[in-house]
Amino acid sequence: MMIDSLDAVFGALADPTRRAILARLTEGDANVAELAAPFQVSQPAISRHLKVLEGAGLISRRRQATARLSHLEPDPLREATDWLDRYRQFWEERYEALDSLLERLQQQAPPSADKARNESKGRQRP
Amino acid sequence: MSKTTVIATPGVPQAIVTREFDAPRDLVFRAWTEPELLRQWLGPRKYQMTIERWDLRDGGSYRYTHSDDAGNVHAFHGVFHGDASPDQMVQTFEYEGYPGHVSFDTLTLEDRDGRTLVRTNSLFQSVEDRDGMIDNGMTEGMDEGFDRLDELLAGMLARA
Repeated sequence: MMIDSLDAVFGALADPTRRAILARLTEGDANVAELAAPFQVSQPAISRHLKVLEGAGLISRRRQATARLSHLEPDPLREATDWLDRYRQFWEERYEALDSLLERLQQQAPPSADKARNESKGRQRP
Repeated sequence: MSKTTVIATPGVPQAIVTREFDAPRDLVFRAWTEPELLRQWLGPRKYQMTIERWDLRDGGSYRYTHSDDAGNVHAFHGVFHGDASPDQMVQTFEYEGYPGHVSFDTLTLEDRDGRTLVRTNSLFQSVEDRDGMIDNGMTEGMDEGFDRLDELLAGMLARA
């Protein structure tokens, strides 16, 4: 995914109202009045949010009779979370190497006199 | 199971990575600050990590490279700020393949009952820089994932 479009996706997701709209759309397509109902905001305000979501590719809109229905497009959302997950994975791989190193270091280091005394009394940790 | 968490707020040029380690804080600090130990874990597996310079003093600088068998070399450098301690280690970081794009990294180690919570906070010059960094990491991470899959498959074939 291009960085520009990722930016649009994350920008769109930064707003709680827009996230709530996406959550509502997971239950099925809806028109502006239906989407505005749970919020203390006007329909034009909701329409502006829908425009941002549409610009980020997170929803598509189509006309049905007189209503304009919004439809959730899951792919950009999936790609955005994949992207973050890979960054996490990148660090997790290094940190697993660090886990192994720390384990080796602790096996090599003979326990200090203090630690040995504490252990003979039993561990104090909860 | 993965234990690393990443916070990358939309529109903010920052990434925070946290991870808990089953080792005391002083030991984790050594693994982060002694070149001989750092070399053993920081480089991606398919690269040889060479630390050319490591002057862990206020204003001291560092430079290290990752090189692979095909002769590809990636170099990184930066400067340490303040006296490094488990409470805080501050440094700048720059990938020489992307010069002029510098991040400002703060490492903090928190004792968690004999375990250690590691937190790295990276501030970038722009959201684009941050996302570019994450994208580079992503590609490399994917390659490693595939390497591991190859190894796994090779192991399964050998046993079959």
